[in-house]
Amino acid sequence: MSEERREQRPIGRPGDGHGGGPMGAMGRPVEKAKNFKGTLKRLIGYLRPRRFHLITVLIFAILSTIFSIVSPKIMGKAITKLFEGLMMKMKHVPGAHIDFVYIQQIVLLLIGLYLASALFGYIQQYIMAGVAQKTVYDMRKEVYSKLARLPLKFFDSRTHGEILSRVTNDIDNIATTLQQSLTQLITSIVTLVGIVIMMLTISPMLTLLTLVTLPLYVVVTSLVASRSQKYFAAQQKTLGELNGHVEEMYTGHQIVKAFGHEDESIEKFDIINQRLNNAGWKAQFVSGIIMPLITFIGNIGYVLICVVGGIFVTNNTISIGDVQAFIQYSRQFTQPIVQTANIANVIQSTIASAERVFEILDEVEEIPDSDDAKVLKFPKGDVSFQNVKFGYKEGVTIIEDMDIDIKQGQTIAIVGPTGAGKTTLVNLLMRFYEIDGGKITIDGVDIREIERGALRSIFGMVLQDTWLFNGTIRDNIAYGRDGSTEQDIVRAAKAAHADHFIRTLPEGYNTILNEEASNISQGQKQLLTIARAILADPVILILDEATSNVDTRTEVYIQKAMITLMQGRTSFVIAHRLSTIRDAGLILVMNHGSVIEKGTHNELIAQGGFYADLYNSQFTGANLEKEAG
Amino acid sequence: MIKLFGFLKPYTVSIVAILILVFAQTLSELYLPTLMADIVDKGIVNGDTNYIIRIGGLMLLFALGGTVCSIVATFLSSKAAVGFGTILRSKVFSRVESFSLHEFNKIGTATLITRTTNDITQVQMVTIMILRMMISAPLMMIGGVIMALSEDKPLTLVLVVVIPILALAIGIIAKMGIPLFKLMQVKLDKVNLVLREGLTGIRVIRAFNRIENEKVRFDDANADLTNNAIKVNKIMAALMPIMMLALNFTTIAIIWFGGIRIDNGSMQVGSLMAFIQYAMQIMFSLIMVSLMFVMVPRAAASAVRINEVLDTVPEINDPKQVKIADSQRGFVEFKEVSFSYPGAEQPVLNNISFSAKPGEITAVIGGTGSGKSTLINLIPRFYDIDNGSILVDGVDIREMAQESLRAKIGLVPQNTVLFTGTITENISYGKDDATDEEVKHAAETAQAAGFVLEMKDGFDSVIAQGGTNISGGQKQRLSIARALIRRPEIYIFDDSFSALDFKTDARLRAALKKEIADATVFIIAQRVATVMDADRIIVLEEGQIAGIGTHKELISSCEVYREIVYSQLSEEELA
Repeated sequence: MSEERREQRPIGRPGDGHGGGPMGAMGRPVEKAKNFKGTLKRLIGYLRPRRFHLITVLIFAILSTIFSIVSPKIMGKAITKLFEGLMMKMKHVPGAHIDFVYIQQIVLLLIGLYLASALFGYIQQYIMAGVAQKTVYDMRKEVYSKLARLPLKFFDSRTHGEILSRVTNDIDNIATTLQQSLTQLITSIVTLVGIVIMMLTISPMLTLLTLVTLPLYVVVTSLVASRSQKYFAAQQKTLGELNGHVEEMYTGHQIVKAFGHEDESIEKFDIINQRLNNAGWKAQFVSGIIMPLITFIGNIGYVLICVVGGIFVTNNTISIGDVQAFIQYSRQFTQPIVQTANIANVIQSTIASAERVFEILDEVEEIPDSDDAKVLKFPKGDVSFQNVKFGYKEGVTIIEDMDIDIKQGQTIAIVGPTGAGKTTLVNLLMRFYEIDGGKITIDGVDIREIERGALRSIFGMVLQDTWLFNGTIRDNIAYGRDGSTEQDIVRAAKAAHADHFIRTLPEGYNTILNEEASNISQGQKQLLTIARAILADPVILILDEATSNVDTRTEVYIQKAMITLMQGRTSFVIAHRLSTIRDAGLILVMNHGSVIEKGTHNELIAQGGFYADLYNSQFTGANLEKEAG
Repeated sequence: MIKLFGFLKPYTVSIVAILILVFAQTLSELYLPTLMADIVDKGIVNGDTNYIIRIGGLMLLFALGGTVCSIVATFLSSKAAVGFGTILRSKVFSRVESFSLHEFNKIGTATLITRTTNDITQVQMVTIMILRMMISAPLMMIGGVIMALSEDKPLTLVLVVVIPILALAIGIIAKMGIPLFKLMQVKLDKVNLVLREGLTGIRVIRAFNRIENEKVRFDDANADLTNNAIKVNKIMAALMPIMMLALNFTTIAIIWFGGIRIDNGSMQVGSLMAFIQYAMQIMFSLIMVSLMFVMVPRAAASAVRINEVLDTVPEINDPKQVKIADSQRGFVEFKEVSFSYPGAEQPVLNNISFSAKPGEITAVIGGTGSGKSTLINLIPRFYDIDNGSILVDGVDIREMAQESLRAKIGLVPQNTVLFTGTITENISYGKDDATDEEVKHAAETAQAAGFVLEMKDGFDSVIAQGGTNISGGQKQRLSIARALIRRPEIYIFDDSFSALDFKTDARLRAALKKEIADATVFIIAQRVATVMDADRIIVLEEGQIAGIGTHKELISSCEVYREIVYSQLSEEELA
């Protein structure tokens, strides 16, 4: 199901349907690109590999259009012949008859022309389907591999919705434009030029009459559009407000219910909804009258041609068939005008989309692995930080001159209040971020000299934001290691004490976790990710508040499993609960992003610093309870 | 989608008017060629310039009339379609607000939001398009045939033959294309899903070194989407040429057969020309319809999702005869309560019995999935139990009005939720008519006053959506204040102290002690220290009560409890 909602840009396209008619995006606010020319050039660059296809498309489009433009004039000849024959008959000219042989020739010619035009049109669209879709396929692929190469820094500064929208909505927008608007633009221009030429060959006077209506189109469209844009903006704003309310009420559903605020919530919704209605119908109405007005202008032109053409025929200035041809031309005239006006908007929004996509492609990538990057074949798990300096933002150093030396098999507890920057260490160890100074080594090797993949496979981690994907529980656990057997998976699940709850689920290991994995509890999710880490069997373990969502009793089980697992492995444990880390070989106390104390539990207590304070406050808490109770 | 159109009912008159207006507009549009035929057949043939000009004036009048009809129709259709969206939105929202947690979680928060917002917008858009363009096509056809008949009956046969053929051709293409369009949406969603998972799990993917696997996964989805898109577009590529071909061949047929009829003297040239133009107009309206191909499947998918919400009937409703429980205050009793989530193999709670009185603290402790949160969620009747009964103040909660039941309860949930608005507004969410004094007092008790006053605007400081501008611990304290201000009979703290540091936790508990002395309190906790002094500790183990009693009693009698205690407290603490 399409559930992307975070990014709601007021583009006319994705929302109101692709190619939603020639008036799809009329009268809506259009986004503008910052660098139109550059982006356009670059976008065209994507089409270069398919330029032969494109040229073919172009030729066929032109041919198809020309054939369809020529035909009304030829048809007009047939009508003229009919009319002439008729007039002769009426005047009782001897031997007068309608020249059916001539008409037959014309009809055959027309059939040929139409067939050719249709065939060319089909071929052109057919080729374009491949061209457009393959182009955006490449683009999507490129963006995805780009994302894989971007440092985490990039993702920190953007919402998922924003990135998602660029890969899907924006690229989708480009696809539609390539598929429809590009050929439409070509055919529209060819049609316009062609029609004007054809009209000129018939009658310069009538052509002039038709062209007189042109400025009217421009005036009416821009007049209405500027007005409707205002309403659309108002609509968009109210819609945003409404969405905000919905989002908030739904996420707080339990609270709304618990406090009995359903009615208030509905009342507020209705008020905003009513305002949305007000803005909405005005926007729809004003943008909706563009079409009737254009039709009206078209009709004025039509009447002019009928009247003036009629008079010309009576004067014998032109033939009746020419008038018929002219009417057909003038009828075909409005559509390309509307289309071109529209395409201008479409192209602008497409270029804006492309620009956003290119912005991602232009982001600075992670430093690539060097060619002689090492792979530790049998890592032991010695970790050391030497004079490490680091900051997420330039100029804001949060780790300065950090020295830690950890021997294989040691357990390191990282403690400190929320937001103390405990995950920073993990980020650095895994080289999710680059350090600004000093070095981090594993078994004496600088991690920057180790292949990223190889480095990360040394670690097994359970992160704070448990990540499960849409798939079966089995697949989710097996994610830790390729080619795991069913036995391995069950064993890992058992070790993580997840086996029991998995079996209580309707489908057991085959239970499919839904998109938000809302069909299992937070603690259960945590257990699954632990099982996954257990299965991965890493040299160094990182438990990032891994057990904070699991109750203490289950945690005991997990810890038992972990202790076995931790034998001979270096382990970093990040947790709130002090009791779980008392036994650690080394404790790093962090606050405000930096390591402020380090040592064993006894050393730190003796030191009487931050840690001692933190630790004692737990006692105080417990003591208070006892006194009170 | 058709089902949803039932909500258009208030606009029945408008829609009838729209149909009439659009038909009138269509006729006026079609009448222009007829008048043109007069110009040709009478004006030109007789060389009567005045007649030509007069008819020209008439044509302008008709064109103007048609435009007016069309604008009025647009006005009505805008009002109707947007009104329809408004009604739909309101219906869906109030339905969702009536959902119990069970229905709510079954569908899911994120998708409910999409359904209430985007999906409805989508349906509204299509409704506008239908009212504006789709309905004009059949009317144009009917009108076209009528006009053609009035012009020349036998020649109308051409149209009568062509229209079904063309309709069939469009139908076939639609039949081939629409399933693919639907698939398209599915495949696009798949790409979205893989991508979103890639984003949310970026650290895990990198940590587990699965970048390449994910790339393959994305590429599969991408290629799948692309192939489908190519298929769709190749089919749609045939649409326009076929329509144009049909149009053009119709014109040729009209000329040919019309020519023969003119030769026979049974028809005039002007009529022939009018005929050609009728054909053109009918075809163009058909082209418009074919453009809806893309939109309708999308909206249909949205409509299905909306209907799913509207078809979900909340299973928890107030009884017809509501009992009022005001004889007692703060008595909660579980009698052999069993509960299982729909579809689950095993019950979450089995045969739970206990009772709590005012002034007592009941703590619930137990493993993940042991049913702690479920247990306390049963008290405000967020779910209905399968067996047994829950009595509050001596009355079965199923016999009370939900509102009056919940008014007795102050809930502090596990996941703290605050709303956009000032701190005062958030705290007084618990009590609508709370005075400033009360708000301040609640905040003080909840240990929130300190940080609130440190903020720039104090109690008037605005909390951003999702409470992103304050810390987790601060949110928790405000959430506690919100429950305190109600002065309810029953307090429920669902692991509500987890984000607090130890010092604040202790201070808060000391302050609470006085404040809620005469209330019935339920606490779910992970830390033994939190529950040690409770009057009653319920130890849950896989949905069953493994032990119930005070800390002292349980430590000697309950194995499960002992295990929990030993895991947390060092020996010296126990002593």
